[in-house]
Amino acid sequence: MTLERFFRRRPPQQKENTVNDDLPDLWSKCPKCNAQVYNKELEQNLRVCPKCGYHHRIPVKRRVEGLLDAGTFQVTSGRVKAKDPLEFVDTDTYVAKLERARKKTGRESAVYAGRGSLAGLPVVVCVMDFEFAGGSMGSTEGEEITRAIELATKEDRAMILVTASGGARMMEGALSLMQMAKTTFALEQLANKGLPYITVLADPTTGGVAASFAAIGDIVIGEPDALIGFAGQRVIEQTVRQSLPDGFQRSEFYEKKGFIDMVVDRRHHRETLANLIAALRNQPKPEVTALEIKVPEPPRTGIFGRRK
Amino acid sequence: MPALEFEKPIVDLETRIDELKTYGSSSNVDMSEELALLEKRLERLRSETYEKLTRWQRVQLARAPGRPTAMDIIGRIFTDFQELHGDRAYGEDAAIVGGLARLEGQAVVLIGQQKGRDTKENIARNFGMAHPEGFRKAMRLMDMADKFGLPLITLVDTPGAYPGIAAEERGQAWLIAQSIQKMTRLRIPVISVIIGEGGSGGALAVAVGNRVLILENAVYSVISPESCAAIVWRDAKEAAKAAEALRLTARDLEQFGIVDEVIPEPKGGAHNDPVGSSEELKKALLHNLEQLRMLDKDALLDSRAERFRRLGVFEEI
Ligand SMILES: [Zn+2]
Repeated sequence: MTLERFFRRRPPQQKENTVNDDLPDLWSKCPKCNAQVYNKELEQNLRVCPKCGYHHRIPVKRRVEGLLDAGTFQVTSGRVKAKDPLEFVDTDTYVAKLERARKKTGRESAVYAGRGSLAGLPVVVCVMDFEFAGGSMGSTEGEEITRAIELATKEDRAMILVTASGGARMMEGALSLMQMAKTTFALEQLANKGLPYITVLADPTTGGVAASFAAIGDIVIGEPDALIGFAGQRVIEQTVRQSLPDGFQRSEFYEKKGFIDMVVDRRHHRETLANLIAALRNQPKPEVTALEIKVPEPPRTGIFGRRK
Repeated sequence: MPALEFEKPIVDLETRIDELKTYGSSSNVDMSEELALLEKRLERLRSETYEKLTRWQRVQLARAPGRPTAMDIIGRIFTDFQELHGDRAYGEDAAIVGGLARLEGQAVVLIGQQKGRDTKENIARNFGMAHPEGFRKAMRLMDMADKFGLPLITLVDTPGAYPGIAAEERGQAWLIAQSIQKMTRLRIPVISVIIGEGGSGGALAVAVGNRVLILENAVYSVISPESCAAIVWRDAKEAAKAAEALRLTARDLEQFGIVDEVIPEPKGGAHNDPVGSSEELKKALLHNLEQLRMLDKDALLDSRAERFRRLGVFEEI
């Protein structure tokens, strides 16, 4: 479970991608292709490595910015905050962990949501933030997601949900588990109004998040190479006592197995989502400008063959 | 029935009482005074043990060998059980049983998560851990119940959905999500009972009921105490500590509104009096069904949605 490991890790480790101490913020080293990349270029590229296409994690605000029409986003999340219903203590108190997550992100939960427009289409965007307690889902996250879905239902907006989460939050016990059902009930109301629901599964999307709202989008999109699945890889390895095949539980794997509609490079999310939503709502093909990609696209290594 | 670790003192005392009785009857020495004393002590020991069970002891009771399984309960409470097999798409998963049955004459659809009663059966049933086809079978039975307007009763008892390579390949996450979704759409009375172990998403997949009941010594958790301990303390042996932290007992869950009713078990757990505990469960099913009978199809769906909408503890800012 990546999220708990992440949770324990305090204080935050030194940035590994610092090139040298004198010029800490100019370049990053890509963990996949080892290329030195200008941070500025990386940011413009929605944190996709311009050399190899590796998808770095992207801050939630930047993701929303890259997706929606400029200046249209209004945040609606942030009106609820977590409590400690179990008075959970392990190596540290849950309260202290929450406090650190709040400090780190400046938010009250792992959910960032609001209304906006995408190529002129009214949408609600809800993004899970892996930086907040590994994106884990407790009562607050479940409530925020539910409210975002209810907002879309009420205002006739398409719903876009971007997941990045290790799963249900252990520190709220079965209450976290219940959020899987609560959010799903809300999605039924959205469906009854005929409104599109599209999920984008970012790295990682596992456990109770994968096994609830993430999996049941009308259309399910995977980010390249994102880890997706119900059980964590360590748990599986311990259960079956063998090592896992390469690429197991990645977006491309699930596309091949028939569980994901498509794997889409983050730089193409904007026009892909706009076109899908417009088609589902039977509206004219939207005028949408794709993110300008200044560098060639990476070779495709998915199951549909490599193209160079 | 093998005693659980914390029950050993009780079993030891019982053995001594038996020995004394045998000795008394064979030797014609009057032992009634001594026996009465020991019986009294036994009674006290039982009370002390079972009235102050730790959460970890409850977990052990919930998993106790000999605890009534779904099939045992089905056999005792229902009549005319007709088991139905297969998911109509891939295969048959013995970790989930289901079919038609009658409860005091009323036809119902049953879905039960089935652990084995011995090693051989446990292997056949994969210790009650379903693969995607098990959830698909459950979903097909839910559809059937919905189509014919029959109440659905689900019996939850699983360590969790199976975390294996094939299960992941066949979309474990998707099937759990779809099963939850299916349950949000049912326009029939749905009662879910946690009868033993309610293990995470694999349990919730069949537990989205209008009423969620739980047996007194059953547990329901987001993660097993062992896995929680392995993550937090890097040591599965700290499971007792984890069980405390997770607040996973029937009374804990009732407090949070996660379950609606706790069904009492005989002292020492359901396996000590399977007949008596089944009677209690039957009574609970009957009176809950009676209440749900008052609701029409829309109200059944809406009230289930409202029930789950309320779950969660947070603070408005
Ligand atoms: Zn790279």
